[in-house]
Amino acid sequence: MKIGVFVCHCGTNIEGTVDTAAVAAASREFPGVVFATDTMYACSEPGQDGIIEAIKEHKLDGVVVASCTPRMHEPTFRRTLERAGLNRYLFEMANIREHVSWIGKDREANTNKSADLVRMAAAKLLKNRPLFSKQFPVNKSVMVVGGGVAGIQAALDCANGGLKVVLVEKDTTIGGKMAKLDKTFPTVDCSSCVLGPLMVDVAQHPNINLHAYSEIEEVNGYVGNFEIKVKKKASYVDWDACTGCGLCVEKCPSRKATDFFNEKLATTKAINIPFPQAIPKKAKIDPDFCMKIQKDKCGVCAKVCPSEAIDFTQKDEFITENVGAVVAATGFDLFDWTVYGQYGGGKYPDVITSLQYERMLSASGPSEGHIKRPSDGKEPKNVVFIQCVGSRDKSVGRPYCSGFCCMYTAKQTILTKDHIPDSQSHVFYMDIRSPGKLYDEFTRRAMEEYGANYIRGRVSMIYPKGDNLVVRGADTLMGAQVEIDADLVVLAVGAEASVGATDLAKKLRISYDAYGFFMEGHPKLKPVETNTAGVYLAGACQGPKDIPASVAQGSAAASKVLGLFSQDMLASDPQVSVVDIKRCIGCGKCIQTCPFGAIKEIDFRGMKKADVIETICQGCGICTSTCPQGAVQLQHFTDNQILAEVNAICRF
Amino acid sequence: MPILEGKELRIVGFLCNWCSYGGADTAGVGRFKQPTDLRVIKVPCSGRIDPLFIVKTLLAGADGVLVSGCHPRDCHYTEGNFYARRRLEMLKRFLPIMGIDAKRFEYTWVSASEGQRWQEVVTKFTEQIHELGAAPKIVGAEAEETLKLMEAAL
Ligand SMILES: Cc1cc2nc3c(=O)[nH]c(=O)nc-3n(C[C@H](O)[C@H](O)[C@H](O)COP(=O)(O)OP(=O)(O)OC[C@H]3O[C@@H](n4cnc5c(N)ncnc54)[C@H](O)[C@@H]3O)c2cc1C
Ligand code: SF4
Ligand code: SF4
Repeated sequence: MKIGVFVCHCGTNIEGTVDTAAVAAASREFPGVVFATDTMYACSEPGQDGIIEAIKEHKLDGVVVASCTPRMHEPTFRRTLERAGLNRYLFEMANIREHVSWIGKDREANTNKSADLVRMAAAKLLKNRPLFSKQFPVNKSVMVVGGGVAGIQAALDCANGGLKVVLVEKDTTIGGKMAKLDKTFPTVDCSSCVLGPLMVDVAQHPNINLHAYSEIEEVNGYVGNFEIKVKKKASYVDWDACTGCGLCVEKCPSRKATDFFNEKLATTKAINIPFPQAIPKKAKIDPDFCMKIQKDKCGVCAKVCPSEAIDFTQKDEFITENVGAVVAATGFDLFDWTVYGQYGGGKYPDVITSLQYERMLSASGPSEGHIKRPSDGKEPKNVVFIQCVGSRDKSVGRPYCSGFCCMYTAKQTILTKDHIPDSQSHVFYMDIRSPGKLYDEFTRRAMEEYGANYIRGRVSMIYPKGDNLVVRGADTLMGAQVEIDADLVVLAVGAEASVGATDLAKKLRISYDAYGFFMEGHPKLKPVETNTAGVYLAGACQGPKDIPASVAQGSAAASKVLGLFSQDMLASDPQVSVVDIKRCIGCGKCIQTCPFGAIKEIDFRGMKKADVIETICQGCGICTSTCPQGAVQLQHFTDNQILAEVNAICRF
Repeated sequence: MPILEGKELRIVGFLCNWCSYGGADTAGVGRFKQPTDLRVIKVPCSGRIDPLFIVKTLLAGADGVLVSGCHPRDCHYTEGNFYARRRLEMLKRFLPIMGIDAKRFEYTWVSASEGQRWQEVVTKFTEQIHELGAAPKIVGAEAEETLKLMEAAL
């Protein structure tokens, strides 16, 4: 093999602490290397053209680029090789930026280490073989998991682009948190007026198949051809028959069921439709509160239902959907604030969450838009808002900023004034973060036009005094302690990953961060992709996000899916394992260890052998390190290739 | 060009592509200063690491070997790091029998977002190896013997 080495300056990023010309000079001595040079920006157009010219001029059949991380530009340079007529796998990268020039300033050591990394790359390259992708057909339909505003947007964009969409929502209705909000910042327009029409579009779109009250059970397959098992949870109502008339709800005598939609501010009937605009508008029985299911009494709903939809014996049902891509849009949940003993830890009924307050403000909420405090139903005059409850607080393991609480708190003070003109809002805050378009103007309006009293500081405790609460905190700008009499306290509770997010991530084989938020492919360049081909992200499941950002991501994810599906065939990754049938002794160890069931037993002239199913193999190489014979080898990461790197640095 | 005599020791890292290699990148992006001894070999998954690689690396003259993968339950390939943990734990127990100081080998978990943790891991491990000093060379027949023993054991 004739190897060419290109050592990149990356402007001054590398050249600043690495003598790239010296690295190139050293590289010329390495086995196989016939050409080496330094280059200003290897990834730029002139940089790539330089590589192509050198390949032609020096008849190179292998290339090493020493530059940034392969996670950044490996695909770029592989394409460069292809343009020069070389196989894309006759290429290696030496990461001399993230792993060298950026982590220390010792020019001598860095130059020396960079040369070593090139030596390793060249040694591995000598063992590389051309690999070829296979083409396989794509199933041009997509599953969107989660029907909040982000998932709705993604589903509608994909459906409008002509794709078949399967939307899976774990609740009985789509809409997510936005459906619970009264009005939205920074325009203070009504949430359901914005969201409602989109939800109706989902229901009516010929390309969208909605599975509400359903969850992902199992995911198999790979980009282009996923096979996903969906659990349709038992609602005890035949939804094909149910018309959503609500007669059953009206007549049901069991009134104490937990009202999740209203954030437990009220109770609801055992058979319930969460809100009038629900999509789908179907009834569901909560078995814990149904007298028929619990005690075999009652059965009123079955008697009154005009469509005979009630089915007390209904069971969970499993269906399989085949799709080519998945968009995860499972949103967020609220931090459990009761860990804060200083806020009463849940003891005081008049300390509520921001989302409960939204339900209170909402005309379709349990108090029909009247602000009534839970303890005695009185209208509060003094409302205290506490921000950053479970945000930016290391002591409860939530060091991050939830992003939207500053804004919705300002909104809630404005709405409080609108609802109760003689009220006064007080806001305890740490910093006001309102960097969006028209956002800072909005928080200023809350203070200046609506007279909200903003106090910079943390609350140290809340304690009861008579019927009211006293909120004691620091005013760090005045350097004083303040105590405020409150009729109602609203906690701006932080966002955390939605319940079950990590389980779903494991099924989809995507990564998540320390808090359970899904990890994007690259923080800047791949904000809606994941590291699993064919799986995309939208909305707050990736990190706290307000509605505009969630919608933007929903559309971005949809455009990625549409882009993927603009091809009829996809190319498989040839970095898969292959079995050397002569070496294989048919012990079956690889079959047992492969996490993907990608290896099957075959009969070869009467002998048991292993065989890798190329389209299922994910290229982890677990089988390779399991096989006692070295018979199954992960291509591009074979034993010989890895040991060549070892020997290049240890034995020279 | 060998390691910088007197300054560096020979330390080899095996990092999984999805978590730890990304973590090392994140450390770089964050400009978290690290010692220069370590040379990284990228593998798709910590489950790809055959314990024999580590033995061979140590026999070939490395003074220390560091393995890092995704946190348990966080593997890109769902369970690769469990296999890794089992195998590497075994290896750690066998090294002294082979006459290799077990402190010359560590395995750990670093996620793609943990740049700072990566910096700490590398710095600590490098210090540990410098405390031990250069590894005594096991060569010739002795090395062959050790390798055979290991191959049988692992
Ligand atoms: C009190 C409060 C007030 C707010 N006010 C505003 C405002 O005024 N303006 C604004 O821009 N933003 C506001 N926000 C933020 C807004 O709620 C979010 O931006 C938005 O809800 C994010 O949408 P999403 O679709 O990503 O997530 P979500 O709304 O959380 O939707 C996620 C959906 O996925 C479903 N789901 C979850 N897990 C699964 C699973 N495993 N399988 C299937 N389905 C699943 C959920 O049931 C839900 O329907 C507010 C937030 C709060 C808490
Ligand atoms: S059977 Fe259950 S759901 Fe139906 S009316 Fe009676 S209590 Fe309500
Ligand atoms: S590399 Fe081996 S263990 Fe991993 S998925 Fe492929 S066949 Fe299975």
